[in-house]
Amino acid sequence: MTAPLQIGFIPLVDAAALIVAVDKGFAAAEGVDVTLVREVSWSNVRDKLNIGLFEAAHLLAPVAIASSLGVGHVKVPIVAPFNLGINGNAITVSPALHAAILAEIDGDRFDPMATARALARVVAARRKAGADPLTFAMTFPFSTHNYQLRFWMAAGGVDPDEDVRLVVLPPPFMVESLENGHVDGFCVGAPWNSIAVDHGVGHILHFVADILVHAAEKVLAIRQGFAEKNPEVVARLVRALNRAAEFIEEPGNRVEAARMLARPERIGVDAEVIQRTLDGRLKISPDGTIRENGRYLLVGRESAGRPDPVQAAWLYSQMVRWAQTRVSEEALRTAMAVFRPDLYDAALGIAGSPSSHPVGAFEGPEFDPRDIAAYLASFKIFRRPV
Amino acid sequence: MSAEQPPPKAEQSPKIVIVDESPIRAAILEEGLREAGYGSVMRISEMQSLLARIYALDPDIIVIDLENPSRDVLEQMFQVSRAVRRPVAMFVDQSDAASIQASVDAGVSAYIVDGLKKERIKSILDLCVSRFNAFAKLQDELDRTKMALEERKVIDRAKGILMKLKGLTEEEAYVLLRSTAMREKKKIGEIAQSILTASELLK
Repeated sequence: MTAPLQIGFIPLVDAAALIVAVDKGFAAAEGVDVTLVREVSWSNVRDKLNIGLFEAAHLLAPVAIASSLGVGHVKVPIVAPFNLGINGNAITVSPALHAAILAEIDGDRFDPMATARALARVVAARRKAGADPLTFAMTFPFSTHNYQLRFWMAAGGVDPDEDVRLVVLPPPFMVESLENGHVDGFCVGAPWNSIAVDHGVGHILHFVADILVHAAEKVLAIRQGFAEKNPEVVARLVRALNRAAEFIEEPGNRVEAARMLARPERIGVDAEVIQRTLDGRLKISPDGTIRENGRYLLVGRESAGRPDPVQAAWLYSQMVRWAQTRVSEEALRTAMAVFRPDLYDAALGIAGSPSSHPVGAFEGPEFDPRDIAAYLASFKIFRRPV
Repeated sequence: MSAEQPPPKAEQSPKIVIVDESPIRAAILEEGLREAGYGSVMRISEMQSLLARIYALDPDIIVIDLENPSRDVLEQMFQVSRAVRRPVAMFVDQSDAASIQASVDAGVSAYIVDGLKKERIKSILDLCVSRFNAFAKLQDELDRTKMALEERKVIDRAKGILMKLKGLTEEEAYVLLRSTAMREKKKIGEIAQSILTASELLK
């Protein structure tokens, strides 16, 4: 057995591989002694990882990149040898906003361009009527949720910094805030979208898979210094996570996996709600409408576990687009180097490099990390650096 | 510049905002800060529209407990480019690992707006840490007292059952409980609880 490892996580379904790796015994079978520590905020996870209270953590991919760049906070280099989830988020809106968007929509309601343009018309009408701007919530400044929400609305002509209010809200507060009208919509991971629908206070407008075909979400984050000193521990963790991811993706294991994740000390919500996410079969409206999408959350399929530096580059490009940092070749290289497919391949004995999956955004040219400036220049709405 | 020159106003009485959903802990902390001479202390216990409340108060220091999910809301302060003063998180200054460790152990974190002297910040943080620890100790004692009270109630009810079923006096019932506990190497409360459980089952 290795020395005991403390690994932090936030109770979300995309911590599935980590939780199952520990609770199903895959980590112990690899000889790693892991204690999972449930946390209440991404700030806590980041800080405890930074100061060494955690050896590793379930972390928002953009936080791992921001931390390595020293953007917004102290600079602590992080490596990500395993990708814990691809996609998995959704945009949920209040019944009132849902009705307003559908009343304005010109096209298919699952087409993000059609809904974004409808949103722009709703925003314009509200401004004309002197109503307050709409408020949307996301989970953290350096979050996929922030970038996905911005990407979607900007495509329809809504400037996320000028035309609406965008606020950070901890996921457990989202449903209540939607219900009492403090926010009109949010982008968050599972299970919170489903919980809003079950409470009858929200409609799932989009799965993130509508906006981006393949989007890195959470990673296993390890301090670079620790990873360099303990390559064997990293390899064992990757193997344990990989077994867990394969276990979860096997349809016959879903009931057991969902039950394991549902425990109060893990995610702490009904197993049935968790299973909807794993199955990609979600109730999207309080009236019971079901929408299926096999790409809702990928834990082990399509080599989802393998970190792809192109994904890191895309996330970095969004930090630049929204003026969280300035573009630089060096920073881009640092960002891409956070995602470590080499560690993943070495741990699993994979030779040769599997092709990377395109980000597949619904607007703009296909992303090419070799020319971020040209990519960003194709978007009309962006934020000027301060 | 002479040594007698008064410090700038912010240094005299920094505005401190305590963000805490526990009113007792917030009160303990506020009291401590006031005793130490910090006159301008405000509390926020309602997490709704937290950022707007903080901007309205315009504090120099924000103290928040680490169990509060709204820490992430405060991270948004680093993003705003409007005309608000930019705070830094306590953990940004990593030179003093011991005090960071102490604050994490105590469960408190702070955000500090530029312009405060380092020694001043440190004395405020130390005070927060010690008051948070004092509160934890108090909470612990309270929990133990509550548990003892609960146990007392269970023992009393078990005694009542024994008195009724076996025609014992209260004293005899207690002696029986105690001797059984000793023989079984269990706590008297555990024996009392099993009597209650058994009597429920046999009802």
